[in-house]
Amino acid sequence: MLKIQIEKALHGIGSEMRLQADIEIEEHSFVAIAGESGSGKTTLLRILAGLEKAEGRVEIGDEVWMDGTYALPVQQRKIGFVFQDYALFENMTVEENLLFVEKDKALAVELLQMTGLMPLKDRMPGRLSGGQKQRVALCRAMMKRPTLLLMDEPLSALDPAMRQKLQQEIAVLHRAFGTTTIMVSHDPSEIYRLADRVIMLERGQIIADGKPKEVLLKTQGSQKFSFEGELLDITKVDVIYVAIVSIGQQLVEVVVSSEEAAHLTIGQRVTVSTKAFAPMIV
Amino acid sequence: MIETLQKLDFTPFLLSFKLAAFTTMILFMVSVPLAWYLSQTRSRSKPFIEALTALPIVLPPSVLGFYILWALSPHSPVGAFFEETLGVKLVFSFTGLVVASCFYSLPFMVQPLQSGFESLNGHMIEASFLSGKSRLRTIFSVAIPNMKPALLTALIVTFAHTVGEFGVVLMVGGSIAGETKVASVAIYEMVEIMDYTSAHIYSAIMVAISFVVLLSVYLFNQKQNRKFGL
Repeated sequence: MLKIQIEKALHGIGSEMRLQADIEIEEHSFVAIAGESGSGKTTLLRILAGLEKAEGRVEIGDEVWMDGTYALPVQQRKIGFVFQDYALFENMTVEENLLFVEKDKALAVELLQMTGLMPLKDRMPGRLSGGQKQRVALCRAMMKRPTLLLMDEPLSALDPAMRQKLQQEIAVLHRAFGTTTIMVSHDPSEIYRLADRVIMLERGQIIADGKPKEVLLKTQGSQKFSFEGELLDITKVDVIYVAIVSIGQQLVEVVVSSEEAAHLTIGQRVTVSTKAFAPMIV
Repeated sequence: MIETLQKLDFTPFLLSFKLAAFTTMILFMVSVPLAWYLSQTRSRSKPFIEALTALPIVLPPSVLGFYILWALSPHSPVGAFFEETLGVKLVFSFTGLVVASCFYSLPFMVQPLQSGFESLNGHMIEASFLSGKSRLRTIFSVAIPNMKPALLTALIVTFAHTVGEFGVVLMVGGSIAGETKVASVAIYEMVEIMDYTSAHIYSAIMVAISFVVLLSVYLFNQKQNRKFGL
């Protein structure tokens, strides 16, 4: 069991707020932390890793990592940490990156094989693609056989296809090593696929905590499609109005009445929803 | 001409290089922790320490030389301690020159190292801590190998700058042949006694060596930048 009870002042842009978290996390579970940027997700992760100071207490199993002024040094926590920008040791080959953590050649080979990196083991990080780099970072994080695996938006710099591939690898490693995993993520599909619990932060406070389906499915029970997007334009076509909304990577045209059009301003965030009784899934 | 060359005494050059080598080694050991501290700290004292380390760049060598001379002389507590307890005479000796050069060349070692440390990806350094490595191990295995141009600049410029110093050396060391008479001081003396031939040869050698040293730094940096696609 990982018990977290922490508090820290966050210096947001133009506003002061406090990060407050009182969470208990089951061993071997996979928890996602979601929320807008600046809500304190990364800070929470860094406090757990011991990279930042905070008030409160962090306890994992029967080990105390932080209590009041006491903090176990980063070096002594059994943590694997994956950064969004990979943060590989640029002066070492792929294999050396792993062996730098622990001189365990057998484990390094096993990890490289699991992630299909064996043919690249003698390459320097500068000559790898983003996806390959993040795989190396993932392997490196497992070299300490961590009890806690922390990932800060590990896949958000990668393209969708690479993301899916790495999501699988993350799931495999999480299970194979029996880690407790906490991942900061923006991507609902990623959270749904990987996590068995999601914690939403807003301005340093926990505003939702539960199963991904309960927290992320905004229109639960009403059988509706609902998408959030940005209103880009409204044009009058004969007697009706057509609104152009950007949802995700797609632009959609939606018909709106003149009353609706009068209430909308361009640039506004809007929700587009429709009944989902007989959708086509191709 | 050949006769003049054969008569030429190269001791001052050797002395200059010996002095520069010692100074560079000592300064490297002192400056790595200092530059690391300056690159990591958010303390209010940082600007004060930075200003203090940069002082030798702006101070006239005579001011620096005067203070060092005073501090190292047997009349000051420091000089007295060294002379009475350790039996080391610091003024007008090679040891004194090394001490003086270390002060004089400090910024040329600290500043490139500091900006080198600051240019590194902070996450990479944290990844080393997260891998269980101590600060010292991180500095030498991760930080320094990833800032080779900054390291080379620091070492070479410190070395070259020490070879090129004159004022402080003259004040603290005087001109004792084989002990404190380095190349720059030797040239000054040759000019004074109007031995222009030797002065020309010595000066030309200094220009050539300095140019080659600086050129090699810039060539290396260009090659490194190409390697990283800059």
